[in-house]
Amino acid sequence: MALFQIAEPGESAAPHQHKLAVGIDLGTTNSLVATVKSGLASVIPDALGRPLLPSAVRYRDGEPPVVGYDALAGQSSDPANVVVSVKRFMGRSIDEVPYRESMPYRFEAGPGALSLKTVAGVKTPVEVSADILRELRMRAEAALGGELVGAVITAPAYFDDAQRQATKDAARFAGLSVLRLLNEPTAAALAYGLDNAAEGVYAVYDLGGGTFDISILRLSRGVFEVLSTGGDSFLGGDDFDQRIFCWVIEAAKLKPLSSVDARHLLTCAREAKEFLTNHGAAPIVARLGSGEVVDLELTTETFTEITRTLVEKTLRPVRRALRDAGLSVADVKGVVMVGGATRMPQIQRAVGEFFEKAPLNNLDPEKVVALGAAIQANLLAGNRASGDDWLLLDVIPLSLGLETMGGLVERIIPRNSTIPVARAQEFTTFRDGQTALALHVVQGERELVGDCRSLGRFELRNIPPMVAGAARIRVTFQVDADGLLSVSARETTSGVEASIAVKPSYGLSDDAIARMLKDSLDHAKDDTARRAVKEFQVEAQRLVEAIRSALVADGDLLSPDARERIESGIAHLQAAMLGEDRHAIARCIDELESETSAFAALRMDRTIRDAFSGKKIDAIERELVSSEKGGET
Amino acid sequence: MAVTLSEKAAKHVANYMAKRGQGVGLRLGVRTSGCSGVAYRLEFVDVVAPDDVEFESHGVKVLIDAKSLPYLDGTELDYTREGLNEGFRFNNPNVRNACGCGESFSV
Repeated sequence: MALFQIAEPGESAAPHQHKLAVGIDLGTTNSLVATVKSGLASVIPDALGRPLLPSAVRYRDGEPPVVGYDALAGQSSDPANVVVSVKRFMGRSIDEVPYRESMPYRFEAGPGALSLKTVAGVKTPVEVSADILRELRMRAEAALGGELVGAVITAPAYFDDAQRQATKDAARFAGLSVLRLLNEPTAAALAYGLDNAAEGVYAVYDLGGGTFDISILRLSRGVFEVLSTGGDSFLGGDDFDQRIFCWVIEAAKLKPLSSVDARHLLTCAREAKEFLTNHGAAPIVARLGSGEVVDLELTTETFTEITRTLVEKTLRPVRRALRDAGLSVADVKGVVMVGGATRMPQIQRAVGEFFEKAPLNNLDPEKVVALGAAIQANLLAGNRASGDDWLLLDVIPLSLGLETMGGLVERIIPRNSTIPVARAQEFTTFRDGQTALALHVVQGERELVGDCRSLGRFELRNIPPMVAGAARIRVTFQVDADGLLSVSARETTSGVEASIAVKPSYGLSDDAIARMLKDSLDHAKDDTARRAVKEFQVEAQRLVEAIRSALVADGDLLSPDARERIESGIAHLQAAMLGEDRHAIARCIDELESETSAFAALRMDRTIRDAFSGKKIDAIERELVSSEKGGET
Repeated sequence: MAVTLSEKAAKHVANYMAKRGQGVGLRLGVRTSGCSGVAYRLEFVDVVAPDDVEFESHGVKVLIDAKSLPYLDGTELDYTREGLNEGFRFNNPNVRNACGCGESFSV
């Protein structure tokens, strides 16, 4: 006999056509699966009513692996075969995993990715994650009474292409069809935004087991807009365990530990951390393999002290994300806490003090991500309820711009702009009679083209010949909702057009993005100086060209003496241009400009005389009036 | 003629309605489809239709369109759990044949 859920008006599914979709929070420490039932998102618990599935897999010899609490139970006795926090290894090579030496695993460097040796054979992180996902899939299918059409799986905002691909592969191995990978903070916002429908700017502070993400979001009229993101993919609750672990070793003056003892002490450290959430002090009692007994008490004060730097480390990306969003603390209406680690009192306090307001906790911080993913999954599966016509906006990770003269970058769309976005800017020609313009689209934060990433080039041809600076070329950058960039250029007087389409993120991993961002900070001062030199060089070049063409046109106005002085000024400037001393270039520009001011005045006189000769005063006035009316836009 | 909700079902419906934040009641109905002729509908109600018949059960307003009522008369809607799965169940005395899964039936 079938069990029914309540549908939205007019949307009862036809028999046997339920679209069962789930949201999965594949976490470092714990994973969850949630679904939307009768219009409400809820986490699906296991047969014992436990909502969390520890992200742990125990491999056994000749038997199927066990997942979750049962796997954790074997952690102290069989640490090498109980894989925990596997998310840290997803899409990583062996050198990218810190604290490797304190982990009990036998790592193997594979081609590009690492793997782990277990009694059940060599396992890749993808396979381990697939075992966790399979467990969640079976739990969901048992609870929903049918096969799933698909799942939305969450990933940290800072996951790069390799890590995202690894997550997708794991889902496929687990027999799940991935409707979409969703960023964890975005999922949390979905859960909060829809349930609370509160408008304003929110910060999502997500301190999970292994990753930290901060996102600044704006919620208004049901629209989620991601203003900026930041984070640290190697900072989480596990690091707090690690600090306690190190404190224990130091306090108890322990010798180097066996892997069994290390695992056991780490488990004790984690338990102490969780105990301190509601208590002033936690006992740490452990018997080591050598028979040595550790018996310590960790107080909240000590815990706060030894983790102060970790807490402070989370606030740095928070400041940067706020700066990227162009906001101050006062603009943030609320802070959404996500991840079990945010239950730690010192985190709550630090975040509260930083944002000058108590953080929001009205949804379970461990469940929000899964709930948001479930809501998204429900929509993507086509179980769309009325009133759910919200939009999810994303941001571009790096600035987009054009190469201008001298190899400089003119930024058209700054990074963290929300997409879809369109921006236009006007450019002009550099030389007299120039009939084509090469456009070079680049991505990056640096001032010089050579330091940014080239996305594509195209040419605007058939520009009517004009004096330098007279052509008006409107270049429009447009990024659509899928992150596809198209650039078009149009010469406004003649209407000639050219365009190109590129994918800004193509082949660029999040790591590469992070590196490019870091470079731009490290080289900011350097870049500014180099940009200044380049700008003077370009200006000098422009001046030389302008004077040369003036000499050709009106050189007869000059005395041989004056002409020679100008020629020598040009020679000086050209010599200075070759160097990198912008002050020298600036000085020569000034000299040449003062040298040519008399020449410019003579040219002006001639132009006016030519223009006005043989015309009546009122005709000239009419011309002036009409040219003012048709002024530039 | 009457259609009722079990106390447990009513509690769940009231709970869902409160969290949904809108709606006047719960619609039970049938439509012709499925492998055994008729299939159930179970929906929230935002607008009451002119031919709706109204019942009240444990504080929940139940609406059934006049055409569906003969198929549903005497039905009690219950809320049960079967293993991990939980949801609403139609206990309908009019059903003569149901398909294997019980999603559609004939009278």
